Amino acid sequence: MSGETGGSGDGRTSGDGQGRRSGYKPGQVYGNPAEERESGSVADVTKEGQSDVRPGRAALVGGQDLTDGHGDGAGDRGATGVAAITGRSKPKGTAKGRHRGGRRRGRKGERTVVPEAEFTSYYGRPVLNQPAWQPLNIAGYFFLGGLAGAGSVLAAGAELTGRPVMARALKTSSALAVAGSAAALIHDLGRPGRFVNMLRVFKPTSPMSVGSWVLAVYGPVSGAAALCALGGRLPRVGRAATAGAALIGPAVAAYTAVLAADTAVPGWHDGYRELPFVFVGSAATAASGMALAMSPTAENGPARSVALAGTALENAAMKAMERRLGLVAEVYRSGPGGRWMRAAEALSAAGAAGAALLAGRSRVAAGASGLALLAASACTRLGVFHAGMESSKDPNYTVIPQRERLDAASGS
Amino acid sequence: MSSLIGRNLLAGAEKDPAGDAGHGAPGAPGEHPPRVGFFTDTSVCIGCKACEVACKEWNAIPEDGLDLTGMSYDNSGGLGASTWRHVAFIEQSKPLGQAHADVGHGDMDVLALAAQGSGTHPVEDGSAANTPAAPAADGTDGDGGQDRGELRWLMSSDVCKHCTHAACLDVCPTGSLFRTEFGTVVVQEDICNGCGYCVPACPYGVIEQRPHDGRAFKCTMCYDRLGAGQEPACAKACPTESIQFGPLDELRVRAQERVDQLREAGVSDARLYGHDPEDGVGGDGAFFLLLDEPEVYGLPPDPVVTTRDLPGMWRHAGAAALTLLGGLAAVFAAHGRNGAPVRGFRR
Ligand code: SF4
Ligand code: SF4
Repeated sequence: MSGETGGSGDGRTSGDGQGRRSGYKPGQVYGNPAEERESGSVADVTKEGQSDVRPGRAALVGGQDLTDGHGDGAGDRGATGVAAITGRSKPKGTAKGRHRGGRRRGRKGERTVVPEAEFTSYYGRPVLNQPAWQPLNIAGYFFLGGLAGAGSVLAAGAELTGRPVMARALKTSSALAVAGSAAALIHDLGRPGRFVNMLRVFKPTSPMSVGSWVLAVYGPVSGAAALCALGGRLPRVGRAATAGAALIGPAVAAYTAVLAADTAVPGWHDGYRELPFVFVGSAATAASGMALAMSPTAENGPARSVALAGTALENAAMKAMERRLGLVAEVYRSGPGGRWMRAAEALSAAGAAGAALLAGRSRVAAGASGLALLAASACTRLGVFHAGMESSKDPNYTVIPQRERLDAASGS
Repeated sequence: MSSLIGRNLLAGAEKDPAGDAGHGAPGAPGEHPPRVGFFTDTSVCIGCKACEVACKEWNAIPEDGLDLTGMSYDNSGGLGASTWRHVAFIEQSKPLGQAHADVGHGDMDVLALAAQGSGTHPVEDGSAANTPAAPAADGTDGDGGQDRGELRWLMSSDVCKHCTHAACLDVCPTGSLFRTEFGTVVVQEDICNGCGYCVPACPYGVIEQRPHDGRAFKCTMCYDRLGAGQEPACAKACPTESIQFGPLDELRVRAQERVDQLREAGVSDARLYGHDPEDGVGGDGAFFLLLDEPEVYGLPPDPVVTTRDLPGMWRHAGAAALTLLGGLAAVFAAHGRNGAPVRGFRR
């Protein structure tokens, strides 16, 4: 190391040194291997060695003499200074023990079954950066996408089974919801005028790109279904659009979960297996709520069943996700995320009970249950959004799971 | 999607990210230059912040607040839209290798030293030592340990890691983020629409949207300078060569030599971070020699590119979408046509 360092330093000052230091040459592109050999690179580190080497650099903090006597003036000074200390090295064990003790925040000797979290952070600063996403925009985008997507499926089912009022209402709500969803997405952009750049490329690795394309197809189709239903014209087109929207709808409802999960945010990413089920459950809850609110009791039988199934799926998936998240599940139980999730649970329980017991008989009860279910879905989306943001703000949620993963891998 | 994994485009070691991104492979016509990177050797960083300043100046990054954070000498807080180099300062009560920071100064007579004037020299009778009293060889303090306090000051210049598998790039829906011919990751500011998706995707908390501008910004590894055959401004400015710039494979070799050297010298805390092409992001284009755990410096200990799990995410989302479609179809099938009597369902 030291010999090499010295050699390159010499090489630089003689011979090709001129080329190496000449820096910018018009037209020269860094790294053309042939040219680089000719002229020398301006990089610090090259295959031929390191340029700009300052003597004595390798004589280091906290170490003994590393220059092996090869250093020149400055190196020797450094070496002397360090050599004066080498005789008094501390036993390594002491250093290590102190080090680990410090990291355990002084709770030495309290080894429990659950390994203690050994970690520090940089002044409690988050490891991750938080996006400038606005809760209403993004949670609204999730909620409206779910309402639209599941609504389209319900609308098609209602149409096929002779429930015209429900079908018409849900086609309309889906068209409006998807428009609102797109509006929320655009409103949240730092440069809304550049929204069309979303459609510049198609990238399967970017859920937002995939989602933009899905919305670009689904939006017009669900709009056509709604217009045909409301205007009563073009029944063939209307049927085709209804069927098309019902087939794309589930994708609209589910992809937003991938959108959230495909980030480094621990509260979202680590739940990527369950989050899509939370989201489609929540979507079914919202759509059934809309159906209950908008259709007569004579038609709302399926909507009542969907309300039960949707809330059950959402809650079961949520529980499974919390189990998987382990430590990170805290963000779904306390703080803003916890508050919204508790509100969602209460509302969905009330809505589902109302739908099952009363909505078949009373139009008012059906309407109230429907609104509760819609609100439950919105609360779930807000809860997931806030929980994710909280998990990205606290370095513990980033560092501890990663540390545990490392420790498990290294078998300690 | 799994074919992407198979070709190591979403995770795992990837030899030639620039080539895989469509730049001419080595030997092919239009051959791209070798992948370049930074090796930041924090053991020689003196915390002068020349890199922060050079970066701000060269890239014309706007002022983003003059705050006193109370975090040692760190007043820029962390990487962000307007901080592309960030020097972290950590004050610890720990020994650093064999260096003696725990030297007692209790018996130093500063007044006597001052009386000596500027031409100080060792005082023979020991009445006023002008060098700190050295601890005894047995490890006990010369002064009985009264004023003993170990302090080490870690400094590290953080930067975008220019990941082999860059989550920011993978998730960008506009194609604004792209892989350059040097293997680095750069935002095209004329395309970014400020969706902000790259921000939570980055496992290191590097890229960020600039308030009042909306678009995302981060280190470009001075793409303009690289194109003109210059090294990046921070590496140019660094007075101690803590920031070294060069071909990545060469840097990796040198970094390994350096860490071995430090360990040999008794600095057992020295370790490399982000150098391993097998790690969760396929190795960083900008990697580090650290003197403590990564989290001490605000770095994630085991970052994984989120898109590694993307095929699994799409599979689960597909299953969920089918569950929704099938579940609702089943409900309608069970209820039957409206008006038709359904067995077991009270009307
Ligand atoms: S460190 Fe973050 S911003 Fe830099 S390339 Fe990696 S993912 Fe992108
Ligand atoms: S904010 Fe800009 S660079 Fe970041 S993902 Fe969106 S379009 Fe791409």
